[in-house]
Amino acid sequence: MYMITEQKPFEEILQSLQGATSVYLVGCGTCPAACRTGGKPEVLAIKEALLGAGLTVPGWMIIPTACDELAEQAIVAQGEPIAEADCLLVLACGLGVQNVARYSDKQVRPGLNTLFFGQRDEDGRFVELCLQCGECVLGRTAGICPRTACAKELVNGPCGGYHNGKCEVDPERPCAWMRIYDRLAAHGQADQLVTTLTIKDYRKASHPRRTVVVAQ
Amino acid sequence: MGKLMERLTAAQFAVTAEIGPPKGVNLEETLRMADLLGPLVDAVNVTDQQSAVMRVGSLATCRLLVERGIEPVFQLTCRDRNRIALQSDLLSAAVLGVENVLCLTGDYVTLGDHPQAKPVFDLDSVSLLHAASELTLGRDLAGKTLTGAPAYFLGATVSPGAEPLEPQIQKMEMKVKAGARFFQTQAVYDTERFARFIRDTHHLGVPIMAGIVLLKSAGMARFMNSNVAGVNVPEPLIAEMDGAKSKRQKSVEIAARLINELGDICQGVHIMPIGWEQLVPDVLVAAGLREAVPT
Ligand code: SF4
Ligand code: SF4
Repeated sequence: MYMITEQKPFEEILQSLQGATSVYLVGCGTCPAACRTGGKPEVLAIKEALLGAGLTVPGWMIIPTACDELAEQAIVAQGEPIAEADCLLVLACGLGVQNVARYSDKQVRPGLNTLFFGQRDEDGRFVELCLQCGECVLGRTAGICPRTACAKELVNGPCGGYHNGKCEVDPERPCAWMRIYDRLAAHGQADQLVTTLTIKDYRKASHPRRTVVVAQ
Repeated sequence: MGKLMERLTAAQFAVTAEIGPPKGVNLEETLRMADLLGPLVDAVNVTDQQSAVMRVGSLATCRLLVERGIEPVFQLTCRDRNRIALQSDLLSAAVLGVENVLCLTGDYVTLGDHPQAKPVFDLDSVSLLHAASELTLGRDLAGKTLTGAPAYFLGATVSPGAEPLEPQIQKMEMKVKAGARFFQTQAVYDTERFARFIRDTHHLGVPIMAGIVLLKSAGMARFMNSNVAGVNVPEPLIAEMDGAKSKRQKSVEIAARLINELGDICQGVHIMPIGWEQLVPDVLVAAGLREAVPT
């Protein structure tokens, strides 16, 4: 599982640093490294670009996993160069940026946009598989998530827009309900595509969600 | 009871046609089209932000039709409103004298002119039909009691040319269970295929109105074949269109022929003229459904 990110355009990053003359860089060795958005090579490239734009960079680090509690120790250990900086530019997902903000009293700027959490497919692309809707229907949909894979998040069967197995919204993307239909058909259950009315309950997905799942 | 419901429930042949409200508040042209089509058909569908393009609302336009003595079909999609707004608009429709409601999922926002908008899809066509049916029973989707229950004649859509067809039929069954009392289909050109569809859905026992989109050119037919889901214009029809001197005349001829062929096997036609509204009277006369008005 990876949190998938993309780098913000450098112009936008520069704009967000307006007023700062010195910037400390934080990368993350886990998901952003896999996405090539905030691992060592990317952090170094941003460093060069910032120097080129006339800013100073008193230091940088790659936190092994920016979203976990060890981030605090990493930030403490880099106390001196961080103290020199006007702000921190964090090349990590939303969790990582907020974690850094939690453990540092410096101003924080995000260098990435967080897109989704997903998995790598056979072709090496990252794909989104779960929207965390809080009321999983996979048992009725042949293990393929319609809320994530259908453009309209339909839960009561397909719209009329599938064409050659593809979605009307994007001809590059397979229709989720055709994938579900094919898998059910392979199990001899093609007639089970939609049998009961489902009405979504958005309370299950209202933000921010908090829960205790570990026994106290 | 409206004319559409009366005819369809009495197993009589019904005709509807579609108009689209404008982008802006000048409704002159739209109402001119409504006045042209209104007297010729049993009801006039008013599209709801068709193709996800922002325009005057369907409900407001439907009310203007009611005031002109034209029976409207209020098209309602789930793209732009959550269940609170959908149910509220359904109640508003009843208050404004609009009974026919066509419940749709809706085109996706990125196909329209505000691609940045939030796609809602809180409900879908099936759950919207269910919500409307609940309202007629005097309660809303949350089970709360209404003061005064509305009455609707609820419709839905289906794509008879979709491949595979079975998912469409299963969804149709869900729609009927949720309260759909009639269907208007995606454009039909392939009559054999449509006949199979009618056979396969016979058990549902609901009236089906075949969608008729006026062909404008061979190019349009080819475009639809490769880009519009579930639409298949057979080659001979394309060739016929291609060879025609007057495209408008040929368009009328083909539409009339389709109406006659499809009319024999289903319960009505729904005409989508997309810009060629002026030809609809000729189409209906050529199909023998209406008498020519002496000029
Ligand atoms: S239905 Fe889809 S979005 Fe919801 S929990 Fe299951 S996989 Fe995730
Ligand atoms: S074509 Fe398929 S994936 Fe696309 S919106 Fe319709 S049902 Fe969903």
